[in-house]
Amino acid sequence: MAGTDWNPWRRLLALPNESRAKTIIVAFLVSAICALLVSSATVLLRPIQTANRAAEEQARIGDLVRGIPGMAALLEESGGTLSTVVINLNTGRAAQDVTAETLDAALTDMANWTVLDAGADIAGLGQRPNFAQIFLLRDDDGVSLALLPVAGQGYGGQIDAILAVHGDMNTIAGIAITQHAETPGLGGRIEDRSWQQNFPGTIIRDDSGDVRFSVARGDATTDYEVDGITGATRTGSGITRMMRFWLGPDGYGPLIDAIARGEF
Amino acid sequence: MSARISFWTTLTDPLIRQNPVTLQILGICSALAVTTTLATALTMSVSLTVVLTLAAGIISLIRRHIPDTIRLIVQIVIVASLVIVIDQILQAYFADISRALSVYVGLITTNCLVLGRTESYARFNAPLPSMVDAFGNGLGYSLVLIVIGSIRELFGMGQLFGAQVLPLAENGGWFTPLSLMLLAPSAFFLLGGLVWAVRSVRTEQVEPPDHTPPLQRGAVE
Repeated sequence: MAGTDWNPWRRLLALPNESRAKTIIVAFLVSAICALLVSSATVLLRPIQTANRAAEEQARIGDLVRGIPGMAALLEESGGTLSTVVINLNTGRAAQDVTAETLDAALTDMANWTVLDAGADIAGLGQRPNFAQIFLLRDDDGVSLALLPVAGQGYGGQIDAILAVHGDMNTIAGIAITQHAETPGLGGRIEDRSWQQNFPGTIIRDDSGDVRFSVARGDATTDYEVDGITGATRTGSGITRMMRFWLGPDGYGPLIDAIARGEF
Repeated sequence: MSARISFWTTLTDPLIRQNPVTLQILGICSALAVTTTLATALTMSVSLTVVLTLAAGIISLIRRHIPDTIRLIVQIVIVASLVIVIDQILQAYFADISRALSVYVGLITTNCLVLGRTESYARFNAPLPSMVDAFGNGLGYSLVLIVIGSIRELFGMGQLFGAQVLPLAENGGWFTPLSLMLLAPSAFFLLGGLVWAVRSVRTEQVEPPDHTPPLQRGAVE
């Protein structure tokens, strides 16, 4: 009989396949190697994917504006480009020392976030950035269209969207859902064009200034409602709460007032 | 010499004679889902072939050391990791196609074709023949996807690879698109037609009927 082999690797390979030790070690090795492979692929490729998503978001903003009736013509008149403004959500004015380039860096600093208390946090966000990048389309009379990024808790996760509001800041011109994790076929239908076409023309506030917008249960019956999606009540109410938060005083309220005063 | 012949048959057998889709009816769920255009069908084919070949190679490499009790778990973990890596690469470099394929890339993991080949072939053969066999099966799957994908895109939109081949009636041409071709049922019809066509030519593939129709009894009653 040959002397005992002290190389642990060879001893492992020599174990019978059915032994408990080998089963556990093989399982562990396979999962460890696979975990390493998957994590390194994810980490290495993330920057490229982020860039792709940013490009996609830019393309969707373009699509959104082109999809709004009459907007393509308006866009061409104003040179086909939107102006980008970073605003301070607390004051409703353009941010002084934060630009679109430095926005990401500014938002890594938690001092630039406002923690929302439970009563105000109807969109389920927990905290809200103090700065937001918005897009404005101008004509001779001032702002003709504002594109406002919004976010809120849906049923399956956070929903990110971009809301287009006409120059009166009270009529919705369109919506584009940029990211969501709702159930495909049910809440996931928020990304369907047919559902999003409910939004143009919907009125945000009533005469007293209260935000009345909501996603109806079933078909819309008032000017303040859009049709609900059957089987996706919680997605619908998530959208309602998201819109009410962002159009209210803790969201774009100060900005909307400022635009209405003609400050932009 | 004989080794080369056997490699050649291992590679070419699954193309038509042993085609995994038309003969064994494996992996048809993805074949139905991603064949609306030729481009997505092609990407899916390439992804599946790569995953299948790599998985077969890796599993065959460690085949003597996979404990029987956990062999399915080990195989699936390897396949799933490869799929995630491929998915990440697609998301990074082919973002448009990755969006078009959406969940179906992830579903390569559960594609019966992959586990079928690793379980029945790679587990008992050396890495090289296993990879040749897996590559051949991937090609067989790709062949079916490409045939169905091109038929669906051609008749559904009058295009091939997004380029207009048949002039559309609405643009002054003569071709009216068959929108049925873009819906899932058409893939069933085409796949059924393809299986029928292959089996009419190669009658050895026809399976014996499971039941004999009860003609006799009908005549008596």
